[in-house]
Amino acid sequence: MMEKMIIGRYVPAESVLHRMDPRSKLIIVFLFVAVVFLANNLWTYLILLGYTLLMAALSRIPARFLIAGLKPVLFLVLFTFFLHLFLTKEGEVILEIGWLSIYEEGIRQGIFISLRFFLLILITSLLTLTTTPIEITDGLEILLGPLKKVNFPVHELALMMSISLRFIPTLMDETDKIMKAQTARGVEYSSGPIKERMKAIVPLLIPLFISSFKRAEELAVAMEARGYKGGEGRTKYRQLQWKNTDTMMILLLLAVTALLIVFRG
Amino acid sequence: MDISLQNVEYRYSVGTPFEHLAIADVSIDIPSGSYLAIIGHTGSGKSTVLQHLNALLKPTKGTVLIGSREIKAGRKEKNLKGVRKKVGIVFQFPEHQLFEETVEKDICFGPMNFGVSEEEAKRRARAAIFQVGLSEEILEKSPFDLSGGQMRRVAIAGVLAMDPECIVLDEPTAGLDPRGRKEIMDLFYRLHQERGLSTVLVTHSMEDAARYADEIVIMHKGKVRKKGSPKEIFSVPAELLELGLDVPEVVRFQMKLEQTFSTKFEKVCLSQDELTDMVASYLTGRTSL
Repeated sequence: MMEKMIIGRYVPAESVLHRMDPRSKLIIVFLFVAVVFLANNLWTYLILLGYTLLMAALSRIPARFLIAGLKPVLFLVLFTFFLHLFLTKEGEVILEIGWLSIYEEGIRQGIFISLRFFLLILITSLLTLTTTPIEITDGLEILLGPLKKVNFPVHELALMMSISLRFIPTLMDETDKIMKAQTARGVEYSSGPIKERMKAIVPLLIPLFISSFKRAEELAVAMEARGYKGGEGRTKYRQLQWKNTDTMMILLLLAVTALLIVFRG
Repeated sequence: MDISLQNVEYRYSVGTPFEHLAIADVSIDIPSGSYLAIIGHTGSGKSTVLQHLNALLKPTKGTVLIGSREIKAGRKEKNLKGVRKKVGIVFQFPEHQLFEETVEKDICFGPMNFGVSEEEAKRRARAAIFQVGLSEEILEKSPFDLSGGQMRRVAIAGVLAMDPECIVLDEPTAGLDPRGRKEIMDLFYRLHQERGLSTVLVTHSMEDAARYADEIVIMHKGKVRKKGSPKEIFSVPAELLELGLDVPEVVRFQMKLEQTFSTKFEKVCLSQDELTDMVASYLTGRTSL
């Protein structure tokens, strides 16, 4: 059922993006999130679109798969589009149907904001598609390192993140298994009236909760048994390596930013 | 009710980079009232085959016949409840599917989903709990207060209470102690014999396959490698060992015996009694010489 969803999933492949240091990828994504808001006219949006498509191409992830995987979020994008389309009341009236009127600015805003939204989702998806969860947490732990000085629990946060990311696929598998077991006992998950389907969630959620709690306890015991006692003095098995490509990619984004500043209206 | 798989192929995650072929060109017939064992390595496609038996998975190629219902690749299938009522599946670690407040409610859950009245469901729950060798008091308890072995039995009772015509077992004894293992396997065999329940057993245990099944299917890398009666399958142990599969202990013992005394018995024995008789007659035959 969830096998088409790509958000948060890693696809192993050989590509420039896959080989990059997670730190540079994280920096780029954060920077991109800020930079997106610089765009405010046709040219700047085209530049952003071009940049994002270039990144998607560099990731070597099949376009067909990307598109199919983004379908579930398309709803949100469309929702944003219509929200802006109907609620913006500026510029000339273009269309009037009864009490509903669509303004020029509404179309503009609708397209731009939903495009912005789409680009953000695409870039962040590319991050998770090309970086293993472990790499992401490693990168984040180092990037947040300076916060340790103000007693922010960076290591614990990274550990929590890596544990939860690690168990997403396990939880998905388990959901699938229990769903099948209950389907075999006569529950309908994919058809039937909404009310029935809502009720069907209970026999799915309770077993999931129970096994998650059990697993958390087992994990805690296993960690303690192996002498885990937090981040102090812990060495790293995986060493991150900053390469030339990483610097280049950051420079590329900075160049894009400069272009945006020049072309924005 | 007969079940038949005809040239079934199944691919997971079609159209994504995760796409992979799980089973290909699998044809298996399960006539009404038979006991079939499917053996093979982890990843050989056993579990995928099993999920086709009540349309949890729909083939990407080929046809599955369940009674009079035909499930064909590339067609949208609606209303599969009828099929699922007739084929009960006991999944691996079935205790994970328990969720109700009391054991009784959990056992009634399946039958009531298939439109059985509450009264009838309760009657069936009572009958099922005895069948799996538990006592009546347990019906009022929470399933989560039970021991692992008891939970397993309750979950099995939940499937039995659906009153299926065919029961599919996916390693039903995994993680149980030897005694519990034998009790559960004997329970299913009794049901098979008394009620004529068609049974499909997916297992790693060659012992169980040899002891209970009428027919054995060996899966290897998503394909049916061999089909036959236990005698036929285990009479060529070398072939099984080559696939990395084991043979029952009795057969291994017989092989050793034959090797040591450089002789060959006339048939392969699948139980200790059979082998003892064989050895006895062989010895008496020799002494009379």
